[in-house]
Amino acid sequence: MKAFADLYRHLDQATSTRAKQAAMVEAFTAAKADPAQWASAAWAIYFLSGGKPRQTVPTRLLRRLAVEGSGLPEWLVEESYASVGDLAETLSLLLPESSGDDDVSLDRWMRERLLTLPALDDDARWVRLKAWVAALPHAQRFAFFKLITGELRVGVSRLQVVKALAEVAGVEESRMAQRMIGYGQARRTPSADDFAALVADVDHAEGASLDAGKPYPFYLAQSWQRPLADMEATLGRLQDWIVEWKFDGIRAQLVRRGGDWRLWSRGEELISDAYPDLERLARALPDGVAIDGELVVLAPPPGAAQADSLDGLAPFASLQQRLGRKAISEKTLRELPVALIAYDLLELGGHDLRGEPQRERRARLEALVGDTLAAHGPLPLRLSPEVAAPTWADLAAIREQARALGREGFMLKAREGAYGVGRRKGDDRTDVWWKWKLDPMSVDAVLIYAQRGHGRRSGVYSDYTFAVWSAEEGAANRELVPFAKAYSGLSDAEMREMDAIIRRTTVETFGPVRSVTPTQVFELGFEGIAPSKRHKSGIAVRFPRMLRWRRDKPVAEADTLASLRALLPAGGDG
Amino acid sequence: MDLIVPTDRGLYCEAGDFHIDPWRPVGRAVITHGHADHARFGSDLYVCHRLTAPILRKRLGDVAIEMAEYGEILTRNGVELSLHPAGHVLGSAQARVASGGDVWVASGDYKVEADGVVAAFEPVRCRVFITESTFGLPIYRWRPQAEIAAAIDGWWRENAAAGRASVLYAYALGKAQRVLACVDAAIGPIVCHGAIEPINAIYREAGVALPPTRAVGEIADKREFGRALIVAPPSAAASGWLGRFGDYSDALASGWMQVRGNRRRRGLDRGFPLSDHADWPGLIAAIAATGAERVLATHGSVGALTRYLRETGVDARVLATAYGDEEEAAPGETAA
Repeated sequence: MKAFADLYRHLDQATSTRAKQAAMVEAFTAAKADPAQWASAAWAIYFLSGGKPRQTVPTRLLRRLAVEGSGLPEWLVEESYASVGDLAETLSLLLPESSGDDDVSLDRWMRERLLTLPALDDDARWVRLKAWVAALPHAQRFAFFKLITGELRVGVSRLQVVKALAEVAGVEESRMAQRMIGYGQARRTPSADDFAALVADVDHAEGASLDAGKPYPFYLAQSWQRPLADMEATLGRLQDWIVEWKFDGIRAQLVRRGGDWRLWSRGEELISDAYPDLERLARALPDGVAIDGELVVLAPPPGAAQADSLDGLAPFASLQQRLGRKAISEKTLRELPVALIAYDLLELGGHDLRGEPQRERRARLEALVGDTLAAHGPLPLRLSPEVAAPTWADLAAIREQARALGREGFMLKAREGAYGVGRRKGDDRTDVWWKWKLDPMSVDAVLIYAQRGHGRRSGVYSDYTFAVWSAEEGAANRELVPFAKAYSGLSDAEMREMDAIIRRTTVETFGPVRSVTPTQVFELGFEGIAPSKRHKSGIAVRFPRMLRWRRDKPVAEADTLASLRALLPAGGDG
Repeated sequence: MDLIVPTDRGLYCEAGDFHIDPWRPVGRAVITHGHADHARFGSDLYVCHRLTAPILRKRLGDVAIEMAEYGEILTRNGVELSLHPAGHVLGSAQARVASGGDVWVASGDYKVEADGVVAAFEPVRCRVFITESTFGLPIYRWRPQAEIAAAIDGWWRENAAAGRASVLYAYALGKAQRVLACVDAAIGPIVCHGAIEPINAIYREAGVALPPTRAVGEIADKREFGRALIVAPPSAAASGWLGRFGDYSDALASGWMQVRGNRRRRGLDRGFPLSDHADWPGLIAAIAATGAERVLATHGSVGALTRYLRETGVDARVLATAYGDEEEAAPGETAA
């Protein structure tokens, strides 16, 4: 635990990527030299690469610990928590100083202690928790509470962890990315062997011995946010690019090897079990195939003319009803069937195609999809259509249709480009996949509640609830109806200014939340909109964020529910 | 009848006809210490500790000042006024006001831990205690000064070894000198911002031992910055002044740095929770030591402190003032 607490502190204090990298390399190098540390290092990597610390202690026990441990009244503990914005940090600050010297390794902490807790009742957990905290060295306290509260964000990306480990192991980053696949999967119990395998020297048999079901690391797109006028200069001729729609589903990789199949999400979670509707498709594919594509809900209309038509493609809201479901009913399978829209072929005949140019992979993918559908009839498999236009400007005109089609914009892929690893900076013309999304939909909304933020924004009123008017100005009983929460889009300076305004205009305080006199209007942008029964407004928006602070706009002139409803896709009631 | 009452100009003692730290011009202004929110321009006469006088002159120019030593009693209209060490900055004082057997103390800003630089806080018995509560939440519990000093030294040493300048933001009056007095000056040269050096001179004049400091212009070889500790006021953080130092690491010495979010929001490399205000245990202990039956809390987390005190049987209330309204400002915007 000491090594982990030290690493956590270093990562938390480091503000540059370089310093974080150095801290990880140092820690992993030290661990590599000492087999006794391997298992703990395996856990550390699990957490750093996004593996969820299971919340083994319920929050109510932690609150009880804060109250009883500090000897303070409960309201004062709550007030302190609201000010700090982080339960683990609040606990570290409130509990009396300890002089413990119980130096148990992270591996033992996890396996012998924390993971045994869920099987116990509250009383037993409470007794153990109290004893552990009393014996814990002061310097390890914060990391420990972070671990048990399950909020172990450390501000390093998975790619940074991959880079650091690649350096320690002396292997290529792409190989390390392969070794790391599935590493952060929930409910895993990493072991010393896992760490040894990660930092091992290159083994020639490694490629072959890779777990037959493992996907390739996903190549991630960068966002094109420059004006249309720059496209020719930066990206060159449109003819050098393959242009596809950006579908509003979830990214997935279908792997067919060794007579079996696996479906992986972009977060490298194994999700095959949740999509049995893909079984028949997977079995129809030849062995040694990996397809990268978009998982969507697609219910072909009865008697659909063509097997490769996108007719029946449903909005994201439909797919959302399938996400995270474990038990899949017959009814769900019938009403919300999924399909894979294929856009890249990473492996064929067991050969890794990622180094081949995009046009070559595309040609092979077209052939594979065509042959498979021809041989097996209707299957939940579609080819992502290529969009053709003579110039970038023409393409921009076509992009305007995206919203009506329920799509997010375009993907741009260089014909000569290889399939990279992660989100990569390089030659803009070949090394980058671009996503060219539509400008978000937006309305002018009124800020009515504010909540203090967490992490970097702890203590500051940074999370806001926005409302629109129920009716036009002058209507009787007109009121503000909340419809979205947003917390991004303001600069730090603007946030401080808003914080002061919120404190000045507070009407009521409920714990960390304040209601305010409506005085501020923001242009709120969002990516998607759908009807919702769970929201009072009857509408749910996706990825809401503040685009602009409309200091010029009086509250009375903010938008109405009717203007919000007008953005709903036509006939979009599913 | 209350000896001291809040007015729109500040805390006022009618019987003695003087204000304490008024925020608008008055006839007689008793000043607890030289920070800008306590010592404002425009009063006819300022009454303060001898060591606060040069600070007032530096800030307010050639104003009329009546000086007092700690414990010296100034009598006016039968009201006794005396100043007692507050341990906050050089010359800082609590104002004790006594009349007809009633005793009030207005604390100004204070810190309980003796810092070895300025006269240490002394509790003064009174019936009514007007206390600050800048850090009036139990999450504020300072580590000993020596421990913070060691952390600053460690950061500076690490930077110096890497040839990287160490820029430490500290409030120009008080915090900067406390930092200078407690760091290990053997690590490298110490450079002070132009807003800090004149205050250093006042401290040295008062007999405080500070290590040698230099102005930026006195460093001929720019490579020396790579080993230097550069002490600057927080306002220098966003200025072009830092451009000359090349690669640097920055840190802030302030009580607000106790909470990680405050450091991260400012994008600082390090935060050292070193404060010239009392922490929570300090406030509770100081209040108890006065034996006061009534406590009036001014700036800071006044609500939490007064409620807590009321629950322990003390008659505690909030007193509205115009001193640094720190709960309402984003933490870290104020020097503490």
